[in-house]
Amino acid sequence: MAKHATPKLDQLESGPWPSFVSDIKQEAENRAKNPKGLDYQIPVDCPEDLLGVLELSYNDGETHWKHGGIVGVFGYGGGVIGRYCDQPEKFPGVAHFHTVRLNQPSGKYYTSEYLRALCDIWDLRGSGLTNMHGSTGDIVLLGTTTPQLEEIFWEVTHNLDTDLGGSGSNLRTPADCLGQTRCEYACYDTSALALEMTREYQDELHRPAFPYKFKFKFDGCPNGCVAAIARSDFSVIGTWKDGIKIDQAAVKAYVAGEFKPNAGAHSGRDWGKFDLVEEVVKRCPSEAISWDGSTMSIDRKECVRCMHCINTMPRALRIGDERGASILCGAKAPILDGAQMSSLVVPFVEAEAPFDEIKEVVENIWDWWMEEGKNRERLGETMKRLSLQKLLEVTGQQADPRHVMEPRHNPYIFFKEEEVPGGWDRDITEYRKRHLR
Amino acid sequence: MAFISSGYNPAKPMEGRITDIGPRDYHDFLPPVIAKNKGQWAYHEILEPGVLVHVAESGDKVFTVRVGAARLMSVTHIREICEIADKHCGGHLRFTTRNNVEFMVDDESKLAALKEDLSSRKFPGGSYKFPIGGTGAGISNVVHTQGWVHCHTPATDASGPVKAIMDVVFEDFQSMRMPAPVRIALACCLNMCGAVHCSDIGVVGIHRKPPMIDHEWTDQLCEIPLAVASCPTAAVRPSKVEIGDKKVNSIAIKNERCMYCGNCYTMCPALPISDGEGDGVVIMVGGKVSNRISQPMFSKVVVAYIPNETPRWPTLTDKIKHIIEVYAANARKYERLGEWANRIGWEKFFELTGLEFTHHLIDDFRDPAYYTWRQSTQFKF
Repeated sequence: MAKHATPKLDQLESGPWPSFVSDIKQEAENRAKNPKGLDYQIPVDCPEDLLGVLELSYNDGETHWKHGGIVGVFGYGGGVIGRYCDQPEKFPGVAHFHTVRLNQPSGKYYTSEYLRALCDIWDLRGSGLTNMHGSTGDIVLLGTTTPQLEEIFWEVTHNLDTDLGGSGSNLRTPADCLGQTRCEYACYDTSALALEMTREYQDELHRPAFPYKFKFKFDGCPNGCVAAIARSDFSVIGTWKDGIKIDQAAVKAYVAGEFKPNAGAHSGRDWGKFDLVEEVVKRCPSEAISWDGSTMSIDRKECVRCMHCINTMPRALRIGDERGASILCGAKAPILDGAQMSSLVVPFVEAEAPFDEIKEVVENIWDWWMEEGKNRERLGETMKRLSLQKLLEVTGQQADPRHVMEPRHNPYIFFKEEEVPGGWDRDITEYRKRHLR
Repeated sequence: MAFISSGYNPAKPMEGRITDIGPRDYHDFLPPVIAKNKGQWAYHEILEPGVLVHVAESGDKVFTVRVGAARLMSVTHIREICEIADKHCGGHLRFTTRNNVEFMVDDESKLAALKEDLSSRKFPGGSYKFPIGGTGAGISNVVHTQGWVHCHTPATDASGPVKAIMDVVFEDFQSMRMPAPVRIALACCLNMCGAVHCSDIGVVGIHRKPPMIDHEWTDQLCEIPLAVASCPTAAVRPSKVEIGDKKVNSIAIKNERCMYCGNCYTMCPALPISDGEGDGVVIMVGGKVSNRISQPMFSKVVVAYIPNETPRWPTLTDKIKHIIEVYAANARKYERLGEWANRIGWEKFFELTGLEFTHHLIDDFRDPAYYTWRQSTQFKF
């Protein structure tokens, strides 16, 4: 017999998509049975109380989690988020229900051995419920009590070689696409860069020193599988400088229908025979492609590396050899000033280990943002307030037409004093000699 | 319950302490075929919905079976994932950025048993534990947030509406009949954890009432200047309020200036904003993050408010399903939802979808609004 009646949530058990309600119930049952005979360190019935409080929210249309609460582990300012229920009497099992963020490995690859060890810790010391994964990328352990925090931290660092992630006005846990581990489009090693940058900037990840949160995301190519351009203050997106490589025999195989276009992604419907001109040549955004019936050519000077032709014919077209990445800055969600996309700051870096060139850009940006950013101001907002030029200046970038979609609409140009002959100090007496009052 | 020590000694917190080590090195986790061919992949193909093959320059192949997952998962469920990985994949697996789980094998002969095993596992309520799909020109897993399950600022739930949406579009999780991928995301408030603002279809929880003011507590729970500074529309200002015979420092809110973003509540717990009647969701469409053909785009609001109809949000799921069907019927091959709407024009988008265009859909927030008004006589009747 369930501890709380959950008629509304029960309706989310039907239907084909995996039901989180069924899963929480399964966990509740398992904890009640306690097959391993564990001495649970937090209330046994927390999954049941979580269902109870969620059912209450389904009736009220309002959350029942309280605002904030500062908890954490010694010496860190991030990685744990305090969470308390606002109906603790009714749901004592989740009265204190803090989140622990753990730093996920690059590409989110795991072994079962590692995950089981993680489950063992969370069975004993937490609710047995997780998010795999949080929006930023972390492994999110949902729900534990304050006395368990140091114990969990001790066990994950000592037994799993794993650290906490970021929260608060910190560097947040960097995230990457799977990159070269399993993708032919990756223009640099996103996994290596994510690991290196996470380890290099541990201090910023764990001890709040920034005006607000700061996110790194690493996409291996312009397809953007980890959504760096939309979600991160510092987006590194793989690209190349030379031409797309063409295998003419494979192009012909696509035209002849031997290879499925778009790697078979459209197989659920009859779109007719593959038409190279309609589907590739005419859809090239910069009209860089031509096809004379037997040879495909790409004008590399015109190519904007949008990936469409490569995605459509992955067996015939390959990314170039002169590979690296572009750095774009300032993406964020709408609060406060509306949503922002990342803006191009560095058109090309080589992105080779130990990634010093990228670190230099990051550190210059932080120095500036920590000096100039207001409380709770994301980098994108500071950029908007103080201009892209400022960011180019502090990162040592030469202005370039690539930095803009088009030049400015207004002639209200800020010149530096040294840019104007004679500077700004003028003599009013001399002026009046030429112009009567 | 006896306290079990991990080895941590609170009397000497620094003794044996390990800090600032970062994540586990990913090299420890790569399946052998992946580790061997890293950086040497030649091409890939989607063999069927949810099943991929990646072919290396060496000729090695890795076959991936992608399955959907509720992002909220228990350790019992994770252990089941581990059991499957042990049985079929040498103990290896990975998670995708859209919260799918991927099981990889290095030989095609191992695929059938893996697929059969995954498809056969169901929860007692009837839902699949590991539905195969989420590839190519179909609908992948919904990226989402915490909602009422664990967050203090949401205007809607997350796991619940996602379950409801994915049930409705489930066939398109398991097939690839769309003109292009359709990425759905859900954020339970305007903070938008996840790239909802750049998704083909975004669902965002919104409030519609200004915050209440807990005058008795304002000065004790909040830094009033921070709450004032947090308001993007200058609707919040300091004020003095009499409580009994005491005059206390508090806050006043100009209600008509408030657009219910909740940022002041984040700064000041004495300004609760959530409301069972006022809260609900908006539907945004047409965003994307990929640079493919067109440049990344923001999502646009096409339905300004839908109430939180627990537990299955039927109005929301109906509208999403309808938008998807109209898009699938009208867009060109490779054309993302936003590219299609831009090509035909948004006035045609509303005509074709039958969605009602109301004054709420005309932007009125600062500069960004101006750039969305039409400054041309080029429009369609």
